[in-house]
Amino acid sequence: MKVALFVPCYIDQFYPQVAVATLQLLQKLGVAAHFPAQQTCCGQPLANSGCEREALPIYRHFVETFSDYDYVVAPSGSCVYHVRKHFDKLDQTAEVQHVRAAAYDLIDFITNVLGVTELPGAFPHKVGLHLSCHGQRGLHQANESEMTPVRDGQLRRLLASLDGLELTELTRNDECCGFGGTFCVSEAGISARMGQDRVADHVRNGTQVLTGSDMSCLMHLEGIVRRANMPIKVMHAAEILNGLTP
Amino acid sequence: MNHAIRADKFLLDADRTTWHDETLWFVREKRDRAVYAVPEFQELRELASQIKDHTLSRLDLYLQEFEAAALANGVHVHWAADAAEHNAIILEIVRQQGATRVVKSKSMLTEECHLNPYLIKHGIEVVDTDLGERIIQFRDEAPSHIVLPAIHLKKEDVGDTFHTHLGTEKGESDPQRLTEAARQHLRAKFLAGQVAISGVNFAVAETGAVVVCTNEGNADLGVNLAKVHIAAMGIEKLIPRLSDLGVFTRLLARSATGQPVTTYTSHFTKPAPGREMHIVIVDNGRTQQLGRPDFRASLKCIRCGACMNTCPVYRRSGGHSYDFTVPGPIGAILSPNIDMKKHSSLPFASTLCGSCTDVCPVKIDIHTQLYKWRQVLGEADEIPASKKWSMKFMGRLLASPKAFALSGQFARKALRLLPHGLTHANAFNAWAVARELPEPPKQSFREWYQQQPQQIQQPAQPKVTA
Repeated sequence: MKVALFVPCYIDQFYPQVAVATLQLLQKLGVAAHFPAQQTCCGQPLANSGCEREALPIYRHFVETFSDYDYVVAPSGSCVYHVRKHFDKLDQTAEVQHVRAAAYDLIDFITNVLGVTELPGAFPHKVGLHLSCHGQRGLHQANESEMTPVRDGQLRRLLASLDGLELTELTRNDECCGFGGTFCVSEAGISARMGQDRVADHVRNGTQVLTGSDMSCLMHLEGIVRRANMPIKVMHAAEILNGLTP
Repeated sequence: MNHAIRADKFLLDADRTTWHDETLWFVREKRDRAVYAVPEFQELRELASQIKDHTLSRLDLYLQEFEAAALANGVHVHWAADAAEHNAIILEIVRQQGATRVVKSKSMLTEECHLNPYLIKHGIEVVDTDLGERIIQFRDEAPSHIVLPAIHLKKEDVGDTFHTHLGTEKGESDPQRLTEAARQHLRAKFLAGQVAISGVNFAVAETGAVVVCTNEGNADLGVNLAKVHIAAMGIEKLIPRLSDLGVFTRLLARSATGQPVTTYTSHFTKPAPGREMHIVIVDNGRTQQLGRPDFRASLKCIRCGACMNTCPVYRRSGGHSYDFTVPGPIGAILSPNIDMKKHSSLPFASTLCGSCTDVCPVKIDIHTQLYKWRQVLGEADEIPASKKWSMKFMGRLLASPKAFALSGQFARKALRLLPHGLTHANAFNAWAVARELPEPPKQSFREWYQQQPQQIQQPAQPKVTA
């Protein structure tokens, strides 16, 4: 199994520790992932802004970079969702189709490709799980409150398997955090308000460590937590599952 | 003015924003409970979606079938290409009756066509008989929601309005007393009404009947007291058979308010003896939307408002921030069809979270259409030039690994060296209105990776063939 690590642009530049944790976690699970150095970005920021045409060279570069691998794994469901859903704008060559199908969110990969639903280790903290929309509603990694009252999902199960970890029961289990890519600056007021409301739900219900599998939402929420000096630590799920302590 | 600016005005009153958000979230939760209680709800959505897809695929035939059946029922059928024709047709019918007093139950189409000001300009009194509509009519405001038109108002606001217009006691905010005042006021208007206008929820092609769903019974009261009934409908309201209706009535109220069904589901098929019934069938941009393959499915909408109640942006920006008859996610995919320039910011008033798509009872892929409208607007240069140019620049940067790595290095260094007050100045950095920037690390991941021992960097040999 030849696995490539796709490190989304903002993680590469701002959250290298999340990519390191992803690499190490995969190693622990017996997967030696390789990081192709020529990778850049999936092109989503441009396409979400209405500039899909300008993103096409990025899409092509992405496909060239990753077409030799069986799987392309990223610690960010949103980027994976973009590759799977919106690379339909490229000519659907065998390479393009392969890369679209090979792209996996880290947690999805662990659960459905590796077949792992429990992990060893302990994390004796109250953990608030932020469900990212593109992973949840786009990649179907968790149940949706629009469909069912049952709160279940891939990451929820993996986290619950850690000793001592208590999950926060949020008032609104899966409301969007308001990041939304370039939405976070083009509609900065609403974006901020949504993020503040999301963080308040965690504070109210006792979250000590706020986590999720999509670093873009967490970047936004962390920015709000730090601005307001709230007593919450924000960590990517890969860091927790890799055995890091807050 | 764009959506973001109007939203920022709404957000200024933080407590009111909280109240608005929680009020609509309460409706969303009611919807959830009603949906969970129906095990086959997802199958119903699929069925409704297919019926609407089918109907739209041969809309011309169903419209003709509907017209023939309605004519056979003794109903007058009128065709309006646009809002102006719709308004002129209705005025003409009213004038033929020598009438000056019209009562109107809820109809988003007549809002879309701005019928009220048109009739009033021509000397006709129009009274909206839906309570929420009457409240905003007193206030000379547009509805802020398609099902709950006055949801932006608190009971105290209604008390003030009724004090001014109905003479209720100053400071009265008891919902029951306020409603009673409206009932007494409207009763007189109902009795005096000469022509009753209603909207249409569903039009049944095989029977030529129109179906109107209300909770207040105001459509029935208006129609049964007036000599003439005018039902105004968009061409997309059709369903093929009466037996299809149950699929939609089971979905509509559950999705809208969490009720199993609306209190009244009224079928209007033919006029009573000595009465007249007219149906005005309106296009007003709908065939143009039908001709857009990517956006055609927006015409499946049954106007339940569930996408508004669930939308985290709508709940925090209010319906008026959309400045379009139909606000919220569905409005954001309908409005650019009407005026791309004016409504160019609406498809961007979304995080693309997809909740709208998942609550839609007829499975309109709303968030996908929002994404596609963004591309149409980008191609048409209806996005800000600064955005377009920065995206062009980013496109070149992100297609080149070297340029990306270098500029990343530069940006992180700049963030470390520049003073916080500069990197977080709201004037240059909208991110910083409420958020800290990430603390820039000295090393990017790619820089770290290059320093690792060779065995980590070497691609692993395939152990298992995938």
